[in-house]
Amino acid sequence: MSFVRITALTAAAGALVLTGCGERPPMKTTQLGYRGVAVGQITNPRMDAALRQVNGIPATPYALDPDTGGERAGHAYQNVKVLGDLSTDQFNHLMASITQWVAPPAQGCNYCHNPNNMASDAVYTKVVARRMLQMTRNINANWTSHVQGVGVTCWTCHRGNAVPKNVWNEDPSSAPISGKHLLGNTRGIASAGHNSVKYASLPYDPFTPYLLGAYPIRVQSTVAVNGPEVPIKATEATYGLMMHMSGSLGVNCTYCHNSRSWSDWSQSRPQRVTAWYGIRMVRNINNEYIQKLAWAMPANRKGPLGDPYKVNCTTCHQGLPLPLYGVSMRKEHPQLWGPVTRDVGGIALPNVPATAVPLSDGSIPHAMTVKARAPALNAAPSKNITATASVIAPTG
Amino acid sequence: MGYQNIFTQVQVRGAGPDMGIPLPKGDWSREGSPGPSYLMGKFGEAQIGPFYLGRLGLASLILGVLAFEIIGLNMWASVGWDPVQFVRQLPWLALEPPSPKYGLQVIPPLAEGGWWLIAGFCMTASVLLWWARTFIRARRLGLGTHTAWAFASAIFLMISLGFIRPVLMGSWSEAVPFGLFPHLDWTAAFSIRYGNLFYNPFHCLSIVFLYGSTLLFAMHGATILAVGRYGGERELEQITDRGTAAERAGLFWRWTMGFNATYESIHRWAWWFAVLTTLTGGIGILLTGTVVDNWFLWAQQHGYAPVYPKTGVVDPATLGAIK
Repeated sequence: MSFVRITALTAAAGALVLTGCGERPPMKTTQLGYRGVAVGQITNPRMDAALRQVNGIPATPYALDPDTGGERAGHAYQNVKVLGDLSTDQFNHLMASITQWVAPPAQGCNYCHNPNNMASDAVYTKVVARRMLQMTRNINANWTSHVQGVGVTCWTCHRGNAVPKNVWNEDPSSAPISGKHLLGNTRGIASAGHNSVKYASLPYDPFTPYLLGAYPIRVQSTVAVNGPEVPIKATEATYGLMMHMSGSLGVNCTYCHNSRSWSDWSQSRPQRVTAWYGIRMVRNINNEYIQKLAWAMPANRKGPLGDPYKVNCTTCHQGLPLPLYGVSMRKEHPQLWGPVTRDVGGIALPNVPATAVPLSDGSIPHAMTVKARAPALNAAPSKNITATASVIAPTG
Repeated sequence: MGYQNIFTQVQVRGAGPDMGIPLPKGDWSREGSPGPSYLMGKFGEAQIGPFYLGRLGLASLILGVLAFEIIGLNMWASVGWDPVQFVRQLPWLALEPPSPKYGLQVIPPLAEGGWWLIAGFCMTASVLLWWARTFIRARRLGLGTHTAWAFASAIFLMISLGFIRPVLMGSWSEAVPFGLFPHLDWTAAFSIRYGNLFYNPFHCLSIVFLYGSTLLFAMHGATILAVGRYGGERELEQITDRGTAAERAGLFWRWTMGFNATYESIHRWAWWFAVLTTLTGGIGILLTGTVVDNWFLWAQQHGYAPVYPKTGVVDPATLGAIK
């Protein structure tokens, strides 16, 4: 076989492999910044079809008539703590929508409600759903810095799943064996298949320190000389977080940053500001809404270390710079834009006996112990990030 | 006539192998029974061996193998001694330096950077011994020590990254991890941390000399191949007894770009470009974090990085209640 023939065959095989992954070149480059500064977005048009498939919006269960006054849900139904301001029509429409967005079809309303007493909080999923409704309204009212007018609904994360597909837990493979042992000690560095940092060989848990805790993300000095001492290891951790954001949004670094000076805001795109608020929003969601629900969650709704499934950028974005292509569901579902009520989860029913959610085959999972309300869960970092914990950063 | 040109594909085989000059007293003997290899003849000298190991070579090899084993076994342990995972994960596996809390401690717990320090010591010692070996082998053959000093320049960069700069910064954690992807990711993180190494003028010089080296190498190689038909590959002879090959080679470049190196000076050009690549690189590394903390800002202060229109974006941390 001639050299030319071997080369041609190898090239063809390589192209075939790439085509199989749907990532065959050429890429499309869009200039987003001033000429010559290489601020641009690189996309592969061949990935579009797959993205469109998972990022559609379902038809609303039925058209919602405008609210013309009438009895409020809080008056008509018992034990309505968050959506009491809605008309009964709006309320029922939202319930039907949530069933479509979140509940497994086989269970429908009963996924959260006791069919004999719809007002009962006996099923833990109802307690969780209530808190999530508070969260959704809070996001739509107080985090417009990130979600802007588009806002979010249950669908933005859930996409028809009881638990959103893209969630995270504290990683059990790192915490118990950090430090002392050699066996299985990956030193917190990601391995093949760890897509939290997009397969880079970087610290693989960018979530616990930055999206639950509030460790300083900024590592670059703001002065040319005599800057603060920030270890390179802290930079690697920040780098890992950025890789997560890049992968979640399907964008490259220069979608937000000017690569000549990552930290310089005056050379960045406005999208970086949106992302900055997004990080704070995710921290708020994880700490105020999800971690505080730990007491209500049964064991099969928690990670191996007993922490509830938490959100990161991928939970909503799922490969797009704007989740669901920036299409707002507000017109069809105005109920999720409304008064923000204070945290009543756990206060109303501190030791609600939770019913474990049946598995897909209908059986009851054996792990269903629900502990009494957990002590205040704050952003305690796991042990594996002690290296980054000692970081002193110039600015928040 | 063809075989008289070293670039010919004809392989010349003598009656027996060339055993080289006798070694001076105190040296070990050369190892191996040399013989011709047709395949190696395609790439260079067809004769393989004999090989001189010597005390320095042996010590260097032992320490090198030790470093290699420590790194490899640490990586293997990190995947629980699973051979399949070891191969699959190899590009990701790391032996990381100690965490910042250990500073310059000798020696941190083995699992927390102690093995990194030991492996680094063995590797550095191995490289330094190999340097001494190149120096002494050159002397033994009556050569100049240009190779050893060029090698020393590369070693300077390696030690700057792994030893001198961490010591200046007061922490082993500043050093490079062992591992394929890990050391590359470290390199990117290093540049990010210090405000973009591209604005470090010594990094610029290093790149100039690196790319310049490849350019000079290509120009020189092409020139010699092109004048091979006139015996131009006999470079040392043409330095002192300039023939038509040297004349034509020089004329070609003078007509092309107005200037030509000589058969002698081109080798000094190439040597200095190669040596300065790592020498300037090492200086750039040693200035980073010790003297300059943000190269981009430094470059702006010195009118060295161009200024582009601002995007009007303001740091949100300076604006409101959210921190």
